[in-house]
Amino acid sequence: MSGTTVTEDRPGLATAGSPAPKLVDLFEQGLQSPICLTWELTYACNLSCVHCLSSSGRRDPRELSTAECFAVIDELQKMQVFYVNIGGGEPTVRPDFWEIVDYATAHQVGVKFSTNGVKITPEVAARLAASDYVDVQISLDGATADVNDHVRGPGSYATAVRAMEYLAAAGMTGFKISVVATRHNIGQLDTFKALADRYSATLRITRLRPSGRGADSWDDLHPLPGQQRELYDWLVANTTGPDGAPVDTVLTGDSFFHLAAYGDALPGLNLCGAGRVVCLIDPVGDVYACPFAIHDSFRAGNVRDTGGFTGVWRTSDLFADLRIPQKGGACTSCSAYGTCRGGCMAAKFFTGLPLDGPDPECVKGYGQTALAALDAADLAAVPKPDQDHSHRTTRAARPVPVTIGRTAPMSTRAVSACEDDPLAGFSLRSAG
Amino acid sequence: MGFDLDAAWRLHTQVAVRPEPFGALLYHFGTRRLSFLKDPLLTDAVRSLPDHATARAACVAVGVPDPVPADVAGALETLAQTGMIVRRDPS
Repeated sequence: MSGTTVTEDRPGLATAGSPAPKLVDLFEQGLQSPICLTWELTYACNLSCVHCLSSSGRRDPRELSTAECFAVIDELQKMQVFYVNIGGGEPTVRPDFWEIVDYATAHQVGVKFSTNGVKITPEVAARLAASDYVDVQISLDGATADVNDHVRGPGSYATAVRAMEYLAAAGMTGFKISVVATRHNIGQLDTFKALADRYSATLRITRLRPSGRGADSWDDLHPLPGQQRELYDWLVANTTGPDGAPVDTVLTGDSFFHLAAYGDALPGLNLCGAGRVVCLIDPVGDVYACPFAIHDSFRAGNVRDTGGFTGVWRTSDLFADLRIPQKGGACTSCSAYGTCRGGCMAAKFFTGLPLDGPDPECVKGYGQTALAALDAADLAAVPKPDQDHSHRTTRAARPVPVTIGRTAPMSTRAVSACEDDPLAGFSLRSAG
Repeated sequence: MGFDLDAAWRLHTQVAVRPEPFGALLYHFGTRRLSFLKDPLLTDAVRSLPDHATARAACVAVGVPDPVPADVAGALETLAQTGMIVRRDPS
Protein backbone atom coordinates (compact mmCIF):
# COMPACT_ATOMS: atom_id res chain seq x y z
CA MET A 1 0.00 0.00 0.00
CA SER A 2 1.18 3.47 -0.65
CA GLY A 3 0.20 7.08 -0.24
CA THR A 4 -1.47 7.49 3.08
CA THR A 5 -1.87 11.12 3.63
CA VAL A 6 -4.83 13.37 3.59
CA THR A 7 -4.40 15.65 0.66
CA GLU A 8 -6.05 18.99 0.85
CA ASP A 9 -5.03 20.56 -2.37
CA ARG A 10 -8.21 20.52 -4.38
CA PRO A 11 -10.64 23.37 -4.52
CA GLY A 12 -14.27 22.60 -3.85
CA LEU A 13 -16.94 22.18 -6.43
CA ALA A 14 -20.11 23.64 -5.01
CA THR A 15 -18.20 26.55 -3.62
CA ALA A 16 -16.19 27.44 -6.66
CA GLY A 17 -13.75 30.19 -5.89
CA SER A 18 -13.58 29.46 -2.19
CA PRO A 19 -11.37 26.79 -0.66
CA ALA A 20 -12.82 23.32 -0.13
CA PRO A 21 -13.60 22.44 3.44
CA LYS A 22 -10.73 20.64 5.10
CA LEU A 23 -11.34 17.03 6.00
CA VAL A 24 -10.48 17.85 9.57
CA ASP A 25 -13.33 20.36 9.68
CA LEU A 26 -15.77 17.92 8.09
CA PHE A 27 -14.77 15.20 10.51
CA GLU A 28 -15.04 17.49 13.50
CA GLN A 29 -18.80 17.44 13.07
CA GLY A 30 -18.91 13.68 13.05
CA LEU A 31 -19.72 10.98 10.55
CA GLN A 32 -22.71 8.71 9.94
CA SER A 33 -20.56 5.82 11.12
CA PRO A 34 -17.11 5.65 12.62
CA ILE A 35 -14.31 5.19 10.10
CA CYS A 36 -12.95 2.45 12.22
CA LEU A 37 -13.29 1.62 15.84
CA THR A 38 -11.55 -0.17 18.64
CA TRP A 39 -13.31 -3.17 20.07
CA GLU A 40 -11.95 -4.71 23.23
CA LEU A 41 -13.26 -8.25 23.33
CA THR A 42 -12.26 -9.14 26.87
CA TYR A 43 -10.75 -7.69 30.00
CA ALA A 44 -9.03 -11.02 30.59
CA CYS A 45 -5.28 -10.90 30.11
CA ASN A 46 -2.32 -13.08 30.96
CA LEU A 47 -0.25 -9.95 31.59
CA SER A 48 -0.55 -7.00 33.98
CA CYS A 49 1.12 -4.17 32.07
CA VAL A 50 1.60 -1.20 34.34
CA HIS A 51 0.21 1.23 31.73
CA CYS A 52 -2.80 -0.83 30.60
CA LEU A 53 -5.45 1.59 29.31
CA SER A 54 -8.27 -0.71 30.34
CA SER A 55 -6.85 -1.97 33.65
CA SER A 56 -7.22 -5.47 32.28
CA GLY A 57 -6.55 -8.76 33.99
CA ARG A 58 -9.73 -10.55 34.98
CA ARG A 59 -12.58 -11.42 32.63
CA ASP A 60 -15.80 -9.54 33.28
CA PRO A 61 -18.63 -12.06 33.63
CA ARG A 62 -20.93 -9.70 31.73
CA GLU A 63 -18.80 -9.69 28.58
CA LEU A 64 -20.61 -9.98 25.24
CA SER A 65 -21.50 -13.51 24.19
CA THR A 66 -20.48 -14.88 20.82
CA ALA A 67 -24.00 -14.23 19.50
CA GLU A 68 -23.91 -10.65 20.78
CA CYS A 69 -20.53 -10.11 19.11
CA PHE A 70 -21.99 -11.40 15.84
CA ALA A 71 -24.89 -8.95 16.22
CA VAL A 72 -22.42 -6.08 16.65
CA ILE A 73 -20.63 -7.18 13.49
CA ASP A 74 -23.95 -7.29 11.62
CA GLU A 75 -24.49 -3.68 12.64
CA LEU A 76 -20.98 -2.67 11.63
CA GLN A 77 -21.56 -4.21 8.22
CA LYS A 78 -24.83 -2.31 7.80
CA MET A 79 -23.18 0.91 8.97
CA GLN A 80 -20.34 0.28 6.52
CA VAL A 81 -17.63 0.30 9.12
CA PHE A 82 -14.99 -1.37 7.04
CA TYR A 83 -12.39 -2.03 9.68
CA VAL A 84 -12.10 -2.74 13.41
CA ASN A 85 -9.12 -2.79 15.71
CA ILE A 86 -9.66 -5.65 18.11
CA GLY A 87 -7.91 -5.55 21.44
CA GLY A 88 -8.45 -6.22 25.11
CA GLY A 89 -7.25 -7.44 27.51
CA GLU A 90 -5.69 -10.18 25.45
CA PRO A 91 -8.37 -10.88 22.84
CA THR A 92 -6.94 -14.21 21.73
CA VAL A 93 -7.68 -15.82 25.09
CA ARG A 94 -11.40 -15.74 24.27
CA PRO A 95 -12.26 -19.26 23.15
CA ASP A 96 -14.44 -17.82 20.37
CA PHE A 97 -11.80 -15.33 19.19
CA TRP A 98 -11.24 -16.90 15.76
CA GLU A 99 -14.94 -17.46 15.30
CA ILE A 100 -15.51 -13.73 15.82
CA VAL A 101 -12.65 -12.79 13.50
CA ASP A 102 -13.95 -15.10 10.78
CA TYR A 103 -17.48 -13.78 11.17
CA ALA A 104 -16.22 -10.20 10.81
CA THR A 105 -14.16 -10.82 7.71
CA ALA A 106 -17.03 -12.78 6.15
CA HIS A 107 -19.23 -9.72 6.71
CA GLN A 108 -17.03 -7.08 5.10
CA VAL A 109 -15.46 -5.95 8.34
CA GLY A 110 -11.67 -6.23 8.21
CA VAL A 111 -9.79 -6.95 11.41
CA LYS A 112 -6.55 -5.84 12.94
CA PHE A 113 -5.99 -7.32 16.35
CA SER A 114 -3.51 -6.45 19.06
CA THR A 115 -1.88 -9.21 21.03
CA ASN A 116 1.00 -9.82 23.37
CA GLY A 117 1.69 -12.95 21.34
CA VAL A 118 0.74 -15.54 23.91
CA LYS A 119 -1.53 -17.51 21.57
CA ILE A 120 0.48 -17.10 18.38
CA THR A 121 1.58 -20.61 17.44
CA PRO A 122 3.14 -21.71 14.14
CA GLU A 123 -0.36 -22.85 13.08
CA VAL A 124 -1.94 -19.49 13.92
CA ALA A 125 0.89 -17.69 12.16
CA ALA A 126 0.30 -19.74 9.01
CA ARG A 127 -3.37 -18.93 9.12
CA LEU A 128 -2.69 -15.20 9.53
CA ALA A 129 -0.17 -15.23 6.70
CA ALA A 130 -2.84 -16.70 4.43
CA SER A 131 -5.50 -14.08 5.19
CA ASP A 132 -5.91 -10.84 3.26
CA TYR A 133 -8.36 -9.40 5.75
CA VAL A 134 -6.71 -9.98 9.09
CA ASP A 135 -3.75 -8.00 10.33
CA VAL A 136 -1.93 -8.50 13.60
CA GLN A 137 -0.17 -6.10 15.91
CA ILE A 138 2.32 -7.34 18.49
CA SER A 139 2.69 -5.13 21.53
CA LEU A 140 6.25 -4.47 22.62
CA ASP A 141 7.29 -1.62 24.88
CA GLY A 142 11.01 -2.13 24.96
CA ALA A 143 13.49 -3.09 22.26
CA THR A 144 15.26 -5.14 24.92
CA ALA A 145 13.85 -7.53 27.50
CA ASP A 146 14.80 -5.38 30.48
CA VAL A 147 13.01 -2.28 29.25
CA ASN A 148 9.99 -4.19 27.94
CA ASP A 149 9.50 -6.49 30.89
CA HIS A 150 9.68 -3.61 33.35
CA VAL A 151 6.41 -2.36 31.88
CA ARG A 152 4.81 -5.51 30.51
CA GLY A 153 5.99 -8.11 33.00
CA PRO A 154 8.57 -10.90 33.22
CA GLY A 155 8.78 -13.08 30.14
CA SER A 156 6.64 -10.81 27.98
CA TYR A 157 9.54 -9.83 25.72
CA ALA A 158 10.34 -13.47 25.02
CA THR A 159 6.67 -14.16 24.28
CA ALA A 160 6.46 -11.29 21.80
CA VAL A 161 9.69 -12.27 20.07
CA ARG A 162 8.55 -15.89 19.79
CA ALA A 163 5.33 -14.69 18.15
CA MET A 164 7.26 -12.51 15.69
CA GLU A 165 9.55 -15.41 14.84
CA TYR A 166 6.54 -17.59 14.07
CA LEU A 167 4.91 -14.89 11.96
CA ALA A 168 8.09 -14.27 10.00
CA ALA A 169 8.66 -18.00 9.50
CA ALA A 170 5.12 -18.34 8.15
CA GLY A 171 5.87 -15.63 5.60
CA MET A 172 3.66 -12.99 7.19
CA THR A 173 5.08 -9.61 6.27
CA GLY A 174 3.89 -6.16 7.20
CA PHE A 175 2.50 -7.12 10.58
CA LYS A 176 2.74 -4.33 13.10
CA ILE A 177 5.04 -3.99 16.09
CA SER A 178 3.21 -1.61 18.39
CA VAL A 179 5.25 0.44 20.84
CA VAL A 180 3.98 2.85 23.45
CA ALA A 181 6.60 5.59 23.73
CA THR A 182 7.89 5.93 27.28
CA ARG A 183 10.71 7.64 29.11
CA HIS A 184 12.61 4.35 29.02
CA ASN A 185 12.30 3.38 25.37
CA ILE A 186 12.59 6.64 23.46
CA GLY A 187 16.35 6.08 23.35
CA GLN A 188 15.63 2.76 21.59
CA LEU A 189 13.72 4.05 18.58
CA ASP A 190 16.38 3.03 16.09
CA THR A 191 16.63 -0.39 17.69
CA PHE A 192 12.87 -0.84 17.38
CA LYS A 193 13.10 0.14 13.74
CA ALA A 194 15.88 -2.38 13.15
CA LEU A 195 13.81 -5.05 14.89
CA ALA A 196 10.81 -4.30 12.67
CA ASP A 197 13.03 -4.42 9.60
CA ARG A 198 14.47 -7.75 10.67
CA TYR A 199 10.96 -9.26 10.70
CA SER A 200 9.72 -7.37 7.62
CA ALA A 201 7.24 -5.80 10.00
CA THR A 202 5.98 -2.23 10.32
CA LEU A 203 6.80 -0.20 13.40
CA ARG A 204 3.92 1.62 15.04
CA ILE A 205 4.64 4.08 17.83
CA THR A 206 1.87 5.56 19.92
CA ARG A 207 1.49 7.86 22.84
CA LEU A 208 1.33 6.82 26.48
CA ARG A 209 -1.90 7.94 28.14
CA PRO A 210 -2.68 8.40 31.84
CA SER A 211 -5.67 6.07 31.44
CA GLY A 212 -6.48 2.86 33.28
CA ARG A 213 -3.42 1.66 35.18
CA GLY A 214 -1.55 4.28 33.16
CA ALA A 215 -2.86 6.80 35.68
CA ASP A 216 -0.65 5.18 38.30
CA SER A 217 2.44 4.77 36.12
CA TRP A 218 2.18 8.06 34.19
CA ASP A 219 4.55 10.03 36.40
CA ASP A 220 7.22 7.35 36.03
CA LEU A 221 6.76 6.60 32.36
CA HIS A 222 5.70 9.63 30.38
CA PRO A 223 8.45 11.11 28.23
CA LEU A 224 10.44 13.98 29.68
CA PRO A 225 10.24 17.31 27.82
CA GLY A 226 13.61 16.83 26.10
CA GLN A 227 12.58 13.36 25.02
CA GLN A 228 9.44 14.71 23.41
CA ARG A 229 11.60 16.79 21.11
CA GLU A 230 13.78 13.75 20.41
CA LEU A 231 10.69 11.73 19.57
CA TYR A 232 9.31 14.46 17.33
CA ASP A 233 12.56 14.79 15.40
CA TRP A 234 12.79 11.04 14.98
CA LEU A 235 9.19 10.79 13.78
CA VAL A 236 9.66 13.64 11.31
CA ALA A 237 12.78 11.95 9.95
CA ASN A 238 11.00 8.62 9.71
CA THR A 239 7.72 9.78 8.26
CA THR A 240 9.04 11.97 5.49
CA GLY A 241 10.57 10.82 2.25
CA PRO A 242 13.58 12.42 0.56
CA ASP A 243 11.17 14.55 -1.46
CA GLY A 244 9.37 15.76 1.65
CA ALA A 245 6.30 13.66 0.93
CA PRO A 246 4.90 11.55 3.71
CA VAL A 247 5.86 7.89 3.71
CA ASP A 248 4.53 5.10 5.82
CA THR A 249 7.18 2.80 7.14
CA VAL A 250 6.57 4.07 10.67
CA LEU A 251 3.00 4.52 11.85
CA THR A 252 1.88 6.65 14.78
CA GLY A 253 -1.82 6.11 15.12
CA ASP A 254 -2.11 9.88 14.72
CA SER A 255 -1.38 10.03 18.42
CA PHE A 256 1.27 12.73 18.52
CA PHE A 257 -0.55 15.72 17.13
CA HIS A 258 0.29 17.62 20.31
CA LEU A 259 3.91 17.54 19.09
CA ALA A 260 2.95 19.49 15.97
CA ALA A 261 3.55 22.62 18.01
CA TYR A 262 7.30 22.02 17.49
CA GLY A 263 6.90 22.88 13.84
CA ASP A 264 5.40 20.89 11.03
CA ALA A 265 2.44 18.65 11.68
CA LEU A 266 3.22 14.98 11.45
CA PRO A 267 1.36 13.10 8.74
CA GLY A 268 -2.11 12.16 9.83
CA LEU A 269 -5.47 13.63 10.50
CA ASN A 270 -4.24 15.69 13.46
CA LEU A 271 -7.60 15.73 15.09
CA CYS A 272 -8.98 14.24 18.27
CA GLY A 273 -11.33 11.73 16.66
CA ALA A 274 -13.16 10.81 19.87
CA GLY A 275 -16.84 10.30 19.14
CA ARG A 276 -16.34 11.90 15.75
CA VAL A 277 -14.53 9.31 13.67
CA VAL A 278 -13.59 6.70 16.26
CA CYS A 279 -14.93 5.17 19.44
CA LEU A 280 -14.44 2.18 21.68
CA ILE A 281 -16.70 -0.79 22.34
CA ASP A 282 -15.60 -2.43 25.57
CA PRO A 283 -16.00 -6.12 26.49
CA VAL A 284 -19.37 -5.61 28.17
CA GLY A 285 -20.68 -3.58 25.23
CA ASP A 286 -20.22 -0.13 26.71
CA VAL A 287 -19.42 2.45 24.05
CA TYR A 288 -16.85 5.09 24.96
CA ALA A 289 -15.66 8.08 22.99
CA CYS A 290 -12.18 6.62 22.59
CA PRO A 291 -9.99 3.78 23.88
CA PHE A 292 -8.20 6.16 26.23
CA ALA A 293 -11.35 7.40 27.93
CA ILE A 294 -12.83 4.44 29.77
CA HIS A 295 -14.71 6.51 32.32
CA ASP A 296 -18.37 7.14 32.93
CA SER A 297 -17.95 10.73 31.73
CA PHE A 298 -17.17 9.42 28.25
CA ARG A 299 -19.61 6.51 28.14
CA ALA A 300 -22.15 7.12 25.39
CA GLY A 301 -24.28 3.99 25.84
CA ASN A 302 -24.20 0.24 25.39
CA VAL A 303 -24.59 -1.95 22.33
CA ARG A 304 -27.22 -3.89 24.30
CA ASP A 305 -29.41 -0.76 24.48
CA THR A 306 -32.46 -0.51 22.24
CA GLY A 307 -31.10 0.87 19.01
CA GLY A 308 -27.84 -1.01 19.42
CA PHE A 309 -24.48 0.41 18.50
CA THR A 310 -26.01 2.37 15.65
CA GLY A 311 -28.29 4.19 18.04
CA VAL A 312 -25.44 5.02 20.37
CA TRP A 313 -23.24 6.35 17.58
CA ARG A 314 -25.94 8.42 15.94
CA THR A 315 -28.07 9.66 18.82
CA SER A 316 -26.12 9.73 22.07
CA ASP A 317 -26.01 13.10 23.80
CA LEU A 318 -22.34 12.67 24.62
CA PHE A 319 -21.32 12.14 21.02
CA ALA A 320 -23.51 15.04 19.91
CA ASP A 321 -21.61 17.24 22.37
CA LEU A 322 -18.24 15.99 21.16
CA ARG A 323 -19.23 16.87 17.58
CA ILE A 324 -19.73 20.52 18.36
CA PRO A 325 -16.64 22.14 16.87
CA GLN A 326 -14.26 22.58 19.76
CA LYS A 327 -13.14 25.85 21.19
CA GLY A 328 -9.60 26.46 22.24
CA GLY A 329 -10.32 27.84 25.68
CA ALA A 330 -7.07 28.85 27.30
CA CYS A 331 -5.22 27.68 24.18
CA THR A 332 -7.03 29.93 21.69
CA SER A 333 -4.34 32.58 21.68
CA CYS A 334 -1.50 30.07 21.23
CA SER A 335 0.14 30.15 17.82
CA ALA A 336 0.24 26.35 17.77
CA TYR A 337 -3.46 25.80 18.42
CA GLY A 338 -4.24 25.36 14.74
CA THR A 339 -2.10 22.26 14.57
CA CYS A 340 -2.18 20.77 18.05
CA ARG A 341 -5.83 21.64 18.77
CA GLY A 342 -5.24 21.41 22.47
CA GLY A 343 -4.00 17.84 22.38
CA CYS A 344 -5.56 14.75 23.90
CA MET A 345 -8.86 14.94 25.75
CA ALA A 346 -8.17 11.83 27.82
CA ALA A 347 -4.69 13.00 28.83
CA LYS A 348 -6.20 16.23 30.12
CA PHE A 349 -9.08 14.53 31.88
CA PHE A 350 -7.02 12.01 33.80
CA THR A 351 -4.41 14.55 34.87
CA GLY A 352 -7.03 16.97 36.18
CA LEU A 353 -6.71 19.63 33.49
CA PRO A 354 -9.75 21.29 31.91
CA LEU A 355 -10.75 19.82 28.56
CA ASP A 356 -10.49 23.20 26.86
CA GLY A 357 -7.03 23.85 28.27
CA PRO A 358 -3.55 22.65 27.33
CA ASP A 359 -2.46 19.05 27.08
CA PRO A 360 -0.35 17.93 30.09
CA GLU A 361 2.51 17.35 27.65
CA CYS A 362 2.02 20.64 25.77
CA VAL A 363 5.38 21.27 24.14
CA LYS A 364 5.10 24.98 24.85
CA GLY A 365 5.10 24.18 28.56
CA TYR A 366 1.56 25.45 29.23
CA GLY A 367 0.50 22.02 30.46
CA GLN A 368 3.23 21.92 33.07
CA THR A 369 2.25 25.39 34.21
CA ALA A 370 -1.39 24.39 34.46
CA LEU A 371 -0.51 21.20 36.36
CA ALA A 372 1.67 23.17 38.77
CA ALA A 373 -1.25 25.51 39.42
CA LEU A 374 -3.55 22.71 40.59
CA ASP A 375 -4.11 23.04 44.33
CA ALA A 376 -4.76 20.26 46.82
CA ALA A 377 -8.51 20.37 46.21
CA ASP A 378 -7.99 20.18 42.43
CA LEU A 379 -5.66 17.23 42.85
CA ALA A 380 -8.11 15.45 45.09
CA ALA A 381 -10.75 15.92 42.40
CA VAL A 382 -8.67 14.45 39.57
CA PRO A 383 -10.93 11.79 38.01
CA LYS A 384 -9.82 8.25 38.71
CA PRO A 385 -10.27 5.47 36.20
CA ASP A 386 -13.58 4.04 37.36
CA GLN A 387 -13.06 0.42 36.41
CA ASP A 388 -10.46 -2.05 37.54
CA HIS A 389 -10.14 -5.55 36.18
CA SER A 390 -6.59 -5.96 37.41
CA HIS A 391 -5.39 -9.30 38.69
CA ARG A 392 -5.73 -9.22 42.44
CA THR A 393 -2.07 -10.00 42.86
CA THR A 394 0.03 -7.36 41.22
CA ARG A 395 3.64 -7.30 40.32
CA ALA A 396 5.86 -5.42 42.70
CA ALA A 397 7.29 -2.24 41.27
CA ARG A 398 10.93 -2.66 40.40
CA PRO A 399 13.59 -0.10 39.63
CA VAL A 400 14.18 0.54 35.96
CA PRO A 401 17.49 -0.98 34.98
CA VAL A 402 18.19 1.41 32.14
CA THR A 403 19.79 4.69 31.50
CA ILE A 404 18.14 7.36 29.45
CA GLY A 405 20.08 8.05 26.33
CA ARG A 406 19.61 9.85 23.10
CA THR A 407 18.89 8.03 19.91
CA ALA A 408 22.01 7.74 17.81
CA PRO A 409 21.89 9.90 14.70
CA MET A 410 20.51 7.98 11.80
CA SER A 411 23.06 6.98 9.23
CA THR A 412 20.43 6.66 6.58
CA ARG A 413 17.23 8.54 6.31
CA ALA A 414 14.54 5.96 6.89
CA VAL A 415 11.49 6.57 4.84
CA SER A 416 8.05 6.36 6.25
CA ALA A 417 4.74 7.99 7.04
CA CYS A 418 2.38 7.98 9.89
CA GLU A 419 -0.79 6.14 10.02
CA ASP A 420 -3.81 8.33 10.42
CA ASP A 421 -5.06 6.77 13.52
CA PRO A 422 -8.72 6.68 13.20
CA LEU A 423 -7.82 5.32 9.84
CA ALA A 424 -5.39 2.70 10.97
CA GLY A 425 -4.66 0.29 8.19
CA PHE A 426 -6.15 2.45 5.53
CA SER A 427 -4.58 4.35 2.76
CA LEU A 428 -6.23 7.67 2.97
CA ARG A 429 -6.73 10.14 0.23
CA SER A 430 -9.12 12.92 -0.36
CA ALA A 431 -10.38 12.95 -3.90
CA GLY A 432 -12.65 15.89 -3.97
CA MET B 1 -2.15 12.81 -19.06
CA GLY B 2 -5.50 13.83 -17.70
CA PHE B 3 -8.72 12.08 -17.00
CA ASP B 4 -10.55 10.84 -20.09
CA LEU B 5 -13.96 12.39 -19.64
CA ASP B 6 -15.13 10.90 -22.90
CA ALA B 7 -14.56 7.31 -21.88
CA ALA B 8 -17.01 5.04 -20.07
CA TRP B 9 -16.26 4.45 -16.37
CA ARG B 10 -17.67 2.63 -13.37
CA LEU B 11 -16.79 1.96 -9.75
CA HIS B 12 -14.43 -0.95 -9.17
CA THR B 13 -16.44 -3.99 -8.12
CA GLN B 14 -14.61 -4.11 -4.77
CA VAL B 15 -15.45 -0.51 -3.90
CA ALA B 16 -18.21 0.41 -1.47
CA VAL B 17 -19.73 3.90 -1.26
CA ARG B 18 -20.75 5.17 2.16
CA PRO B 19 -22.84 8.34 2.10
CA GLU B 20 -21.78 11.06 4.51
CA PRO B 21 -23.19 14.55 5.10
CA PHE B 22 -20.32 16.12 3.18
CA GLY B 23 -20.41 13.69 0.27
CA ALA B 24 -19.19 10.15 0.60
CA LEU B 25 -16.48 7.85 1.72
CA LEU B 26 -15.24 5.20 -0.70
CA TYR B 27 -13.59 2.03 0.51
CA HIS B 28 -11.72 -0.40 -1.69
CA PHE B 29 -11.74 -3.87 -0.14
CA GLY B 30 -8.88 -4.99 -2.35
CA THR B 31 -6.40 -2.23 -1.59
CA ARG B 32 -7.86 -1.19 1.80
CA ARG B 33 -7.73 2.33 0.49
CA LEU B 34 -10.13 4.94 1.74
CA SER B 35 -11.09 8.01 -0.26
CA PHE B 36 -13.27 10.95 0.62
CA LEU B 37 -15.52 12.74 -1.79
CA LYS B 38 -15.92 16.13 -0.22
CA ASP B 39 -18.80 17.25 -2.35
CA PRO B 40 -22.31 15.83 -2.87
CA LEU B 41 -22.26 16.74 -6.55
CA LEU B 42 -19.05 14.84 -7.17
CA THR B 43 -20.54 11.95 -5.21
CA ASP B 44 -23.61 11.95 -7.45
CA ALA B 45 -21.43 12.05 -10.53
CA VAL B 46 -19.36 9.07 -9.37
CA ARG B 47 -22.46 7.08 -8.54
CA SER B 48 -23.99 7.76 -11.94
CA LEU B 49 -20.89 6.81 -13.96
CA PRO B 50 -22.25 3.38 -14.93
CA ASP B 51 -25.49 4.87 -16.25
CA HIS B 52 -23.86 7.02 -18.90
CA ALA B 53 -21.81 6.44 -22.00
CA THR B 54 -19.14 8.87 -20.85
CA ALA B 55 -17.95 10.39 -17.60
CA ARG B 56 -18.79 13.80 -19.06
CA ALA B 57 -22.40 12.77 -19.61
CA ALA B 58 -22.60 11.41 -16.07
CA CYS B 59 -21.31 14.71 -14.68
CA VAL B 60 -23.65 16.86 -16.73
CA ALA B 61 -26.62 14.65 -15.84
CA VAL B 62 -26.19 15.37 -12.14
CA GLY B 63 -25.70 19.10 -12.63
CA VAL B 64 -21.95 19.58 -13.03
CA PRO B 65 -21.39 22.43 -15.52
CA ASP B 66 -20.15 21.69 -19.03
CA PRO B 67 -17.27 22.11 -19.73
CA VAL B 68 -16.52 19.99 -16.69
CA PRO B 69 -14.39 22.04 -14.26
CA ALA B 70 -10.77 21.01 -13.84
CA ASP B 71 -11.26 20.21 -10.16
CA VAL B 72 -13.95 17.63 -10.97
CA ALA B 73 -11.80 16.05 -13.65
CA GLY B 74 -8.89 16.11 -11.21
CA ALA B 75 -10.88 14.33 -8.53
CA LEU B 76 -11.96 11.67 -11.04
CA GLU B 77 -8.35 11.29 -12.15
CA THR B 78 -7.34 10.66 -8.52
CA LEU B 79 -10.03 8.01 -8.23
CA ALA B 80 -8.89 6.38 -11.45
CA GLN B 81 -5.25 6.38 -10.38
CA THR B 82 -6.12 4.69 -7.11
CA GLY B 83 -8.30 2.07 -8.77
CA MET B 84 -11.52 3.30 -7.21
CA ILE B 85 -13.07 3.80 -10.63
CA VAL B 86 -12.17 1.81 -13.73
CA ARG B 87 -12.92 2.00 -17.43
CA ARG B 88 -15.72 -0.15 -18.73
CA ASP B 89 -16.79 -1.16 -22.21
CA PRO B 90 -19.10 1.48 -23.59
CA SER B 91 -22.58 0.07 -23.98
